[in-house]
Amino acid sequence: MFRNNYDNDSVTFSPQGRIFQVEYAQEAVKQGSVVVGIVSKTHAVLAALKRNAEELSSYQKKIIPIDSHYGVALAGLASDARVLSNFMKQQSLASRLTYDRPILLSEITHRIGDRAQTNTQHYGKRPYGVGLLIAGVDAKGPHLFEFQPSGVTQEMVACGIGARSQMARTYLERNLEQFEGASREELVKHALKALKESLSQDKELTVDNTSVGVGGVKEDFRLYEGQEISGWLETTFENTNTAPEPEAGEGMEVDS
Amino acid sequence: MNHLPQAWGRPRDDIYGAYNHSHLAPGQPTTHTKSPIVTGTSVIALKFRDGVVIAADNLASYGSLARFTDVKRLRKFNDKAVLGFGGDVSDMQYLDRHLNALAVRENYSSGSGAGEKASSTSAEASEEERAESLDNEGAGTGMAANNLHKYLQKLLYRRRSDFNPLWNHILIAGLSTPDPKVPDATPQPFLKSVDLLGTAFGAPSLATGFGAHLAQPILRRVVPDEEAVKKIDEKTAVEAVRECMKVLWYRDARSLDRYSLAIVTGEGVRLSEDERVEGQSWEFAEGIRGYGTQVV
Amino acid sequence: MAAIFTGAPPNSGPGYSFTQTPAPTSASEPRQHAFYPYTDNGGSTLGISSSNFTILAGDTRSTSGYNINTRYAPKLFHIDSADPSSRLVLSVVGFAADGEALAERLDTVVKMYRYQHGKTISVGAAAQRLSHVLYGKRFFPYYVHAILGGLDEEGKGALYSYDPVGSYEREQCRAAGAAASLIMPFLDNQVNYKNQYVAGSGVGHELQQRDPRPLERKEVEELVRDAFTSAVERHIEVGDGLQMMVITKEGVEEVYRELKKD
Repeated sequence: MFRNNYDNDSVTFSPQGRIFQVEYAQEAVKQGSVVVGIVSKTHAVLAALKRNAEELSSYQKKIIPIDSHYGVALAGLASDARVLSNFMKQQSLASRLTYDRPILLSEITHRIGDRAQTNTQHYGKRPYGVGLLIAGVDAKGPHLFEFQPSGVTQEMVACGIGARSQMARTYLERNLEQFEGASREELVKHALKALKESLSQDKELTVDNTSVGVGGVKEDFRLYEGQEISGWLETTFENTNTAPEPEAGEGMEVDS
Repeated sequence: MNHLPQAWGRPRDDIYGAYNHSHLAPGQPTTHTKSPIVTGTSVIALKFRDGVVIAADNLASYGSLARFTDVKRLRKFNDKAVLGFGGDVSDMQYLDRHLNALAVRENYSSGSGAGEKASSTSAEASEEERAESLDNEGAGTGMAANNLHKYLQKLLYRRRSDFNPLWNHILIAGLSTPDPKVPDATPQPFLKSVDLLGTAFGAPSLATGFGAHLAQPILRRVVPDEEAVKKIDEKTAVEAVRECMKVLWYRDARSLDRYSLAIVTGEGVRLSEDERVEGQSWEFAEGIRGYGTQVV
Repeated sequence: MAAIFTGAPPNSGPGYSFTQTPAPTSASEPRQHAFYPYTDNGGSTLGISSSNFTILAGDTRSTSGYNINTRYAPKLFHIDSADPSSRLVLSVVGFAADGEALAERLDTVVKMYRYQHGKTISVGAAAQRLSHVLYGKRFFPYYVHAILGGLDEEGKGALYSYDPVGSYEREQCRAAGAAASLIMPFLDNQVNYKNQYVAGSGVGHELQQRDPRPLERKEVEELVRDAFTSAVERHIEVGDGLQMMVITKEGVEEVYRELKKD
């Protein structure tokens, strides 16, 4: 039976120059439900599809507000995201306490990038199994950053990660031109439409399985869930039934 | 050569006497600065409509000895902040080096490279747009005076809590970052102080050392409150500060008639390090009786 | 030589609440130069709680000895003001740098509580946590007298006062700081009706204590103003401005009034 000799740890390259543990971690991101982020000149928006592991369980937490000026959306291992978001929370508080300023999104993204990278270079450690979208507004304006388990970070105009996120990205690429000048409402609609693209045929976005996070110039980052987003869902998908619809997680694989 | 390696590189006992090991007593508690040695006297500063003016003389005293007469006690941090140091000069120089390192770090993290806004139209972005985006970044980032003040307050408070104080009283003058919640907010004049205990406070006018007794009453007549700050212009503020430097030169024995003066406005920092107290008149001294050799 | 370079003020100088200079030693002994990490920045605070609100107040003067550092240095801190449902206000008086450090510590604690539990901390929990924060520095204390105000789970006004090492108690009213000894008896009399008796109830043991009642907001604001205008007259470290924070179920309202600047 075939056995890969180069995937036992994250410090050994394969002869092809690959680090399998890191690639496996990136697979973990693809198992997580889809999250989407977009920025305009004035706003940064996150939208996420929440899963419930079983009918009787609650839905996952997909968007975490970190500081009053930004939040993150996660795809992959939620527990790894918690470790990272706790770190981000502490760094953000420290920035306000010692410098009297909100931390720059580029700065906090680099810091988690550096942390993730060390996990890929030390024996006995494992990479984070989570991808993040970091969105909000800082002194340089609205931003969206993508974070990957490899430690790679990049600034994006629009981005989608997680299961079937290629469909969302295709939507975002097609509508790229409209984002920069979009209003707050238009941006949320684009994010929800992109999210919808990634859903399987029999699925709908409902107030239960959707989260939206919005931050803007002169507007704190805030998480919107439940009935707060029914208006957006109604206007975005006119034919959608927004009444709480029992979600069985049918036809979708269960998150780890 | 002495064949005992332990003796190499040490002063010879037969010439210099046995080494006094009490200077390097292990197990003794570590000791820190418990008093300043070479000191600078007052720093004074005053807010006006569009900025702040700050001044300090160029003297560093060794006790009552006017030891160094060309020491610059004002330090420009960037286009938005100037510091004025009173107290120990060596601690000032330590802070100067520390702040240089901080400035370098800041320029790396807030420079145009890292975190530059990705633009969906970057391919066809015109030169004009690029220039504009760089300008905006300059305006919104980098440490403003309030950021620097918070940092120094934390630093000095930490050092006092470690019983290893930096023996300075520092004025931080400049412009603050505008409140992000207020529409069209502009940078405001900023003036606050922090001392060796980490005590921090701001006011329309501030003075450290002897200036707190001699200059502050004069400055408070010019700007009694924040309302008055909005009414006075740069010229009035600079005149008041020059007048105070003269009073200090007359009445503070640890002062000098050569001083540095900096003005921080939206246009940047104008720092001059060779100002002189002009129009001196010592006639008032004739009338003083009862000190020194004067007996009548 | 050493005697020349003492950074401390002369022994005959202004009387500080904390000793800034070491006790004079006899001429033969070497002079000790100790660094004293505290100072007193003067000022006074008070808090009064009632049936559905709490008021905290403090003057805004900051002093060093006989100098006024500034006429506006707030002693009241709205804790976690980013949270719209926050109803916590901390007042600190004593050593201002410790006071600000304490307020920031509590602010961080309350923010982390909200982040980790997904809800706003109750005033009772915050009060106990503050006690632990203070006691944590039992052997290098925050040199402040803190008063924490808020609304309890029943919506009643809550007020907790602390000593510098964390001993605390819930009270109806408390004055702290430089003019505490001037204000506290006034509050005892006017808030808890101490030494007020029902007219005609008799003499000696027959005397009936007048029963305290919850005060109206307007009454309390007037009491606070009276307390401070009187303290300004009699204490040199109190004056310049009066900062008040009124905590109701609607939110935390800040009121500023001028005091005499002499």
